[in-house]
Amino acid sequence: MADTALRTRVGTFKVGGAPAVRRTLLAAVWVMTLLFIVAPLVTIIALAFAKGVAGYIQNLVEPATMHAIFLTVLTALVVVPINTAFGLTAAWAVTKFRFPGRDLLVTLIDLPYSISPIVAGVALLLVYGAQGLFGPFLADHGIKIMFALPAIFLASLFVTAPFVAREVIPLMQTQGTDEEEAALSLGASGWKTFMYVTLPSVRWSVIYGAILCNARVMGEFGAVSVVSGNIRGVTNTLPLQVELLYHDYNVTGAFAAASVLTLVALLTILARFIFEQRGAPVGPARH
Amino acid sequence: MRRRTIPGFGLSLGTTILYLGIVVLLPVAALLLKAAEVGPAQFAAIIGSPRTLNAIRLTVLTALGATLFNAAYGLALAWVLARYDFPGKRLLDALVDVPFALPTAVAGLALTALFAKNGWFGRPLADMGIAVAYTPLGIMLAMAFTSVPFVVRTVQPVIEDLGTDIEEAAGTLGASEWRILRSIIFPAIFPAFLTGCSLAFSRSLGEFGAIIFIAGNQPNYTEIIALLAFIRLEEFDYPAAAAIAATMMMIAFAMLLITNAIQSWHLRYADRGD
Repeated sequence: MADTALRTRVGTFKVGGAPAVRRTLLAAVWVMTLLFIVAPLVTIIALAFAKGVAGYIQNLVEPATMHAIFLTVLTALVVVPINTAFGLTAAWAVTKFRFPGRDLLVTLIDLPYSISPIVAGVALLLVYGAQGLFGPFLADHGIKIMFALPAIFLASLFVTAPFVAREVIPLMQTQGTDEEEAALSLGASGWKTFMYVTLPSVRWSVIYGAILCNARVMGEFGAVSVVSGNIRGVTNTLPLQVELLYHDYNVTGAFAAASVLTLVALLTILARFIFEQRGAPVGPARH
Repeated sequence: MRRRTIPGFGLSLGTTILYLGIVVLLPVAALLLKAAEVGPAQFAAIIGSPRTLNAIRLTVLTALGATLFNAAYGLALAWVLARYDFPGKRLLDALVDVPFALPTAVAGLALTALFAKNGWFGRPLADMGIAVAYTPLGIMLAMAFTSVPFVVRTVQPVIEDLGTDIEEAAGTLGASEWRILRSIIFPAIFPAFLTGCSLAFSRSLGEFGAIIFIAGNQPNYTEIIALLAFIRLEEFDYPAAAAIAATMMMIAFAMLLITNAIQSWHLRYADRGD
């Protein structure tokens, strides 16, 4: 009897488990989250549709906004595959082999996470700009990188370089090399081993990393803002177009453009939710 | 050393180093080179000018304020998500990802609309005499928004892994809840909590997109350091832009070292706990 009573007491004892504490904490967190995170989302939708559905569509099909959407999608189509390939290659190098300087390499892969996008933009300008390292050479050969498409690609590549690698490295690390060694000893080529043994086992991490990479590429503002030159209807990606419309006092237009980026963000979060449901090991989204 | 049986070492390592070298390290090196070319005297003059110092002070102070806010709100969020079951838990968990997933410019635009004098929150606040948009308070708000997931996502898994065995044992031995919180739970999550806070602080120092909409960007009042670097570029003052950007990068590297030190302390701590 006494034993059961004690067990009941032990089983129910939890810090913060008292109903009053629990209710207060939950209420406080929900109120804060509604004010701080949900309200901005609602504002975006409310202001985007301030002039009705017709006004919303009219704002989106503006040629400059359409061009910005096109440019943003184009940038993602170029950058995401490159950084996915890089992420896989880097993960293979640092997880399948031991070599001196390996920890340093892992740190360098993560480097862009700690660099402010503005600093990244300034740094790129100091390589490819007129005053930069390669400036005179590029000018002599008539190659335009700054304030043009290549600069937008380079800035996006810089900022999102670690995204896929960060998702894949921890998983490949835990998987070790046993399965690859088995495949190789059975006579599979290195490429076949990678395609049929390694890649299938990390595919969800790769896809999730690519989705995160895509969200960041489409939403990148600071670095692209420095290097694109903000040329109206030419080098304006969607986030830059949002700023431009806002400064033109076209608030509904700015929020209509912003709503497209919000949709991308919400789909990215939905992807994480679906991946978790499937039991895929996904880390938190990082910026 | 074991013979390497897995192929592709040279190829994968070579490609990784070459790619990182061109895409990331070359620009970083160019920035440091340009900043070194400026020379110590001029460098000191740029960083020591009142406008730059004011921008640095504003950025550090608002980032500290934002981090303090997130230390409380983020810790409460992490605790609630890790410890309680309640309807809408999955939704709340997903909402924590919003600040990371939402482009910074969009976040800045939305916060400005909310907190401007005619906004949903700005109007009642203005009636109480509190101005948020176009003041340092607005900068703090934008920083807090973009960095809150760092605290939640570093602390949440640690609370989940903590289990309730030890605190139950302490409870049966007669320890009060407050005592258990202070002597058992808080020491266990403290390193992760500190890591999360230092990540949030670093992110706030470098944040740009979310801030420039809400800041008002008045020199010596609401001009953050990242914006000043951007302004110097637009004025074609490359030495000043390089000096400011290099300083920001050095601060970021220092923060990275501090964060890594906390993390390795955390790992040692976790090992000892097992």
